[in-house]
Amino acid sequence: MDNAAGLLASYEYLDSTVDAIKALKKAGFEKIKAYAPYPEHHIEHALGYGQSPVRVWTLVGGLTGTATGFALTTWTSIDWPLVVGGKPIVSIPAYIIIAFEMTILFGALATIIGLFVLSRLPSIKPPVVYDPEFSSGRYGVYVEGSRQRLEEARQIMNEQQPIELREGELDD
Amino acid sequence: MSLVPEGPTARGAVPHPDVHTYDEVNRDVLRALETPGKGWWALLAVAAAGVVLFFSAWGWQLYKGIGVSGLNSPVGWGVYITTFVFWVGIAHSGTLISAILFLFRSPWRQSIYRAAEAMTVFAVMTAGLFPLIHVGRLWHAYWLIPYPNSRFLWPNFKSPLVWDVFAITTYFTVSATFFYLGAIPDIAAARDRATGLRKKLYQVISLGWRGTDSQWHHFGKAYIFLAALATPLVLSVHSVVSWDFAMAIVPGWHATIFAPYFVAGAIFSGVAMVITLVVPIRKIFGLEAYLTTKHFDAMAKLCLLTSLIVLYAYLSEFFLAWYSGEEIERTAFWNRLFGDYWWATWTMLVCNGFVPIMLWFRRIRHSIPALFVISIFINIGMWFERYVIVVTSLHHEYEPFAWGIYRPSLTEMALMVGSFCWFGFWFLLFTRLLPPIAIAELKEVLPAPTRKKTGEAY
Repeated sequence: MDNAAGLLASYEYLDSTVDAIKALKKAGFEKIKAYAPYPEHHIEHALGYGQSPVRVWTLVGGLTGTATGFALTTWTSIDWPLVVGGKPIVSIPAYIIIAFEMTILFGALATIIGLFVLSRLPSIKPPVVYDPEFSSGRYGVYVEGSRQRLEEARQIMNEQQPIELREGELDD
Repeated sequence: MSLVPEGPTARGAVPHPDVHTYDEVNRDVLRALETPGKGWWALLAVAAAGVVLFFSAWGWQLYKGIGVSGLNSPVGWGVYITTFVFWVGIAHSGTLISAILFLFRSPWRQSIYRAAEAMTVFAVMTAGLFPLIHVGRLWHAYWLIPYPNSRFLWPNFKSPLVWDVFAITTYFTVSATFFYLGAIPDIAAARDRATGLRKKLYQVISLGWRGTDSQWHHFGKAYIFLAALATPLVLSVHSVVSWDFAMAIVPGWHATIFAPYFVAGAIFSGVAMVITLVVPIRKIFGLEAYLTTKHFDAMAKLCLLTSLIVLYAYLSEFFLAWYSGEEIERTAFWNRLFGDYWWATWTMLVCNGFVPIMLWFRRIRHSIPALFVISIFINIGMWFERYVIVVTSLHHEYEPFAWGIYRPSLTEMALMVGSFCWFGFWFLLFTRLLPPIAIAELKEVLPAPTRKKTGEAY
């Protein structure tokens, strides 16, 4: 899209923000992004979010950890078999603890990696479309589209009385 | 659908009624990062001096050998292991407040948990040094890590000491990750207000957080999963620490009650430490509107509950020693109360069992100076609890010819005192570098601003 452009509105109120998002969706805009100073499930609802795939990362990471824990303990015991305290060479009850700790460790790390991949963090370069007030008390709505369609978007966004409406920038 | 989030506010009044707008939260909390003040510098100087003491004492021990400590047969575990268990215990309530109370949607957690989590991370950092100090020959400590080596030997995974290595490293990694993840949106808030060098720093460590819908969406889920992973982890870590003792057949250690007893004790001591730390923060940074008597009341109740569990564990240990009819077990516990270390045992009983009885009274729970004093008593009592468990059990085992007395040396005391300074040093830096109260989460429990003033019906 050569003549694509973006519009960024900042709102003071939550209901204005949610209404603007809903109206933009209804008008058929697809590239909508919302900013909030805290996790706001009304905004997520308005944008139609389902389950976050982070949970798959957690599950796979956790199970990998369990397998690694048992594999490490069992293999090292067989690699150099040594009877300790009269216990069997492969002593499953004792190894449960190692496997448990590794489940948690791998699960937690996989969750973080999953989060970073999914939400494209870290991104050190300065953001193009942003307002420092979004981390304080304001909500933001950003919409992208062709220049002709953006006039429509501007009307919709103005209906909800934004504090500020900026245009021209394209988000990365 | 209601605009007021389900859970915390639905069940009762917001715990901080004097905070109204989102901007107010940013202004008040981020102000803590701006004003160092003379008091803060004075505390930092004391802490830094203590850190020097800590590393000098450690260096001295490395130079001269482990003989400079009072450790000898029969008491091979002393102040180092006591202090290790103490700091691991302190760490626990941070995870309790940040993870477990998060899963329970507790209404008073938001303004405390950042400080509690920081406490967890720094306490594990402190605790983790003590096994290294204790092994004496620090340069062999890496033998604990399983790696393919030229000796073809692996760690003994049937040993609770190796379980401990895994538990503590996992705990440190996960709690540090959890702490950092929760702080990212708040670091971004600090970034948006800071200038100069600080802005650069926050730009990097906020990882470019912008608070977009997709970021919050995945963040929220990741946070829940981390909390769900941290919850069993915190219970496991102190259980594993307790098995360092309970797996041995030493009278006074070999008890099945140890895991729950240690976990309760850990949370008890940790909540007390949170009170000790949060009282000055509240005062110095003027956060009275965020840390109200409601918060202190809730923490005091948690202290009271865990103190009852701990007292119950003490009494059941004494009862079972008597009821077992086992001569050696009976002697071990008689020796605890009236033997060479009677003063340590009674300090523990008074500080942990009897002083917290005062928390039954609402007036005391609502008096912050009183809570501060009680929390110090609990900190002392819980250190002595570990001292009693470690030392009185070892010095008076089965064979009379193997009985002996242990006296901590100056080096050991210096390392113990220094550990508090090392912990305090990091905590002081934290209060100046990261927002000490969770900004974003606090906003979740404030009513959202609405234009239509419809409030509930949205």
